[in-house]
Amino acid sequence: MHDMLAEPADVAVTQLAPTQVAAAGAGLVRLSAARPGDRGVIVEVGAQSHPGGHGVDVDELERRLLEFGFVEGAHIELLHEGAIRRDPIAVRLDDMRVALRRRDAEDIWIQLDAR
Amino acid sequence: MSELALRPARVALVGNPNTGKTALFNALTGSRQKVANYAGVTVERKEGHVTTASGRSLSVLDLPGTYSLRARSPDEAVTRDAVLGRLAGEAEPDVVVAVADATNLRLVLRLILELKAVGRPMVLALNMYDIAQRQGLRIDLDGLRRELGCPIVTTVATRKRGVDDLVAQVEALAAAGEIGGHANAWREPTAPEIRAAHREAQRILRAYVRPPERPDTLTGKIDAVLLHPVAGLAILLGLLFVMFQGVFTWGKWVGDQMGDGFTALGAFIAAHLPPGLLASFLTDGVISGVGSVLVFLPQILVLFFFIILLEDFGYMARAAFLMDRIMGGAGLHGRAFIPLLSSFACAIPGIMSTRVIDNKRDRLTTILVAPLMTCSARIPVYTLIIGAFIPDRTYWGFMSLQGLVMFGLYAAGIVSALGVSFVIRRVFWRGAVEPFLMELPSYKLPSAANVARNVLLRGQIFVSRAGRIIFPIMIVVWVLANVPGPPPGATEPAINFSVAGRLGHLLEPLLAPIGFNWQMTVALIPGFAAREVAVAALGTVYAVSDAGGNPGALATQLAHHWSLATGLSFLAWYVFAPQCASTLGVVKRETNSWRWPIIMFLYMAGLAYLTSFATYHLAVALGAG
Repeated sequence: MHDMLAEPADVAVTQLAPTQVAAAGAGLVRLSAARPGDRGVIVEVGAQSHPGGHGVDVDELERRLLEFGFVEGAHIELLHEGAIRRDPIAVRLDDMRVALRRRDAEDIWIQLDAR
Repeated sequence: MSELALRPARVALVGNPNTGKTALFNALTGSRQKVANYAGVTVERKEGHVTTASGRSLSVLDLPGTYSLRARSPDEAVTRDAVLGRLAGEAEPDVVVAVADATNLRLVLRLILELKAVGRPMVLALNMYDIAQRQGLRIDLDGLRRELGCPIVTTVATRKRGVDDLVAQVEALAAAGEIGGHANAWREPTAPEIRAAHREAQRILRAYVRPPERPDTLTGKIDAVLLHPVAGLAILLGLLFVMFQGVFTWGKWVGDQMGDGFTALGAFIAAHLPPGLLASFLTDGVISGVGSVLVFLPQILVLFFFIILLEDFGYMARAAFLMDRIMGGAGLHGRAFIPLLSSFACAIPGIMSTRVIDNKRDRLTTILVAPLMTCSARIPVYTLIIGAFIPDRTYWGFMSLQGLVMFGLYAAGIVSALGVSFVIRRVFWRGAVEPFLMELPSYKLPSAANVARNVLLRGQIFVSRAGRIIFPIMIVVWVLANVPGPPPGATEPAINFSVAGRLGHLLEPLLAPIGFNWQMTVALIPGFAAREVAVAALGTVYAVSDAGGNPGALATQLAHHWSLATGLSFLAWYVFAPQCASTLGVVKRETNSWRWPIIMFLYMAGLAYLTSFATYHLAVALGAG
């Protein structure tokens, strides 16, 4: 799955190509595209979309996300978003609350719960 | 007997942020604490002492909170190096106390797994255990003890519960000495290793912790309001406004009473000493100099009271969340909010707390703009000038005009800080700011004792600064303003003949275009040591030059001697002026080069001059000259 979703080192790419959405399946969203009230389980954590766009390299961002508990299998719910461009976002992550920017949440994939 | 049995055992407190680690440190060590810096780095080093029931001495270090030993900021590097025994001038701890929020164990379990790899004898303190019990969270303590292979103590730091038990466990481990530890096997984990550690932590949680029956729903309800995109920002602004009104009304009232006390003391001394140099030195130099600064202590305490209260309540992380995008627009990191907010009290702790920002450019940008935030040392200057030139009117029963002007000055500081950082990030350092990742802790009722202790600690630091820096400077100022004395038969004020008077006259042409007279120029010279000194210096300059002629309050004197345009120009100068030698010194130490303090000095002096120039000429054009 990791390889399939790996994208070229193009900073401008922020949206999935249509074929990739189809391959990803229903109910699978990037955390960066989630809306308040969306909840589900994290199925993949990465940071590859914006090399050079985070102020740290992608490996470092991935490790930081992991250290805060953004890890495969964690339950997540988007609680709040900021006033300007809906950014940053506050999520419930298992039993704690974490704030982050949508840009840094680009490669966290969530399988949404059926509503 | 081993060497360990003879010296105090070294204990290090390690844990995630927001676990009540510092409250536990306070409960353990009480008032026997010492705040200093680690050798070579400027991370605050908090050490305290405990004597156990059997008379054993423990020296306890409160290490900066971290989620991982894989340190990313200078603060976290201190925690890592202290635990590993790599810190210059610090021996490795004999016992590590891992402090955990009992209601939020997942992340700390991963940290504990890292600490186990380090191999120092360890005790786990499950803090906030009362909240866990209230929520109906069940922890199988025996199982967890076996699993982790270390003693577990449950504590409620804010009520000092479990503290004796913790001390006893630490002492037992210290007595066992090296037997309890093993060689360090820690190294920086890779992403797959962090994932594996999470799975391990998850397994441990499933096995020994039953989720709460009555989870905390209050935090969610409060957040729905406080993190609301519109209401949340409005509340944040409202809180800041109340904070400044509080500083200006409550703080000022107490300060005024203290001021009256100092005046009475000065009069008492003047009445009981023969007139001459000694009486002048005591009343004009010492009492009016140090007194005019100490009277601002109540306001500083009120400001710190609000900051510490909001921090302990859990609000500061929310404020950073609300401000991240606004600050991000100016090229600042969301984490810069707390350093910048601390800079409202003093730029020095503000600049030092930028160590939580890992990226060098994000950090330097924050450091460069931090002194633009209105520090408490400006309060004396602002209060004095506002008191002298702004009428004391109240609108709608609660909104004081003086408070509004004060609020405006604070706003000017904030706006200029954002503007300067915007220019830095757009012109000099383009590129992305660091990721913003921050835990939003559960709201907690702050403990009155902890808030009081921290407010007093900040007050102590201010007073010792007033004592060690301002007092000697006041003596120098008094000497400069009195030596050499006037020739016999001189009719002009004595200060005209002194060194300060001559310097002031010498520099006057430079500052005349912005409306400053020579007395102000004189006051600015010692004012470069610390901002608030300018008030004391103005007091000395005017008290000396008009001694006996006009004994009223300094504000009355200024209103009498300055035009409104000059007063406003002086206010504008103080929004930007780089008038704090200690700030420049701290910047030098934090950046390890003279380059940044010099850049800071030049850009701030330039902004100050330009703004004062514009303010003065605008005010004169409007008829306030």
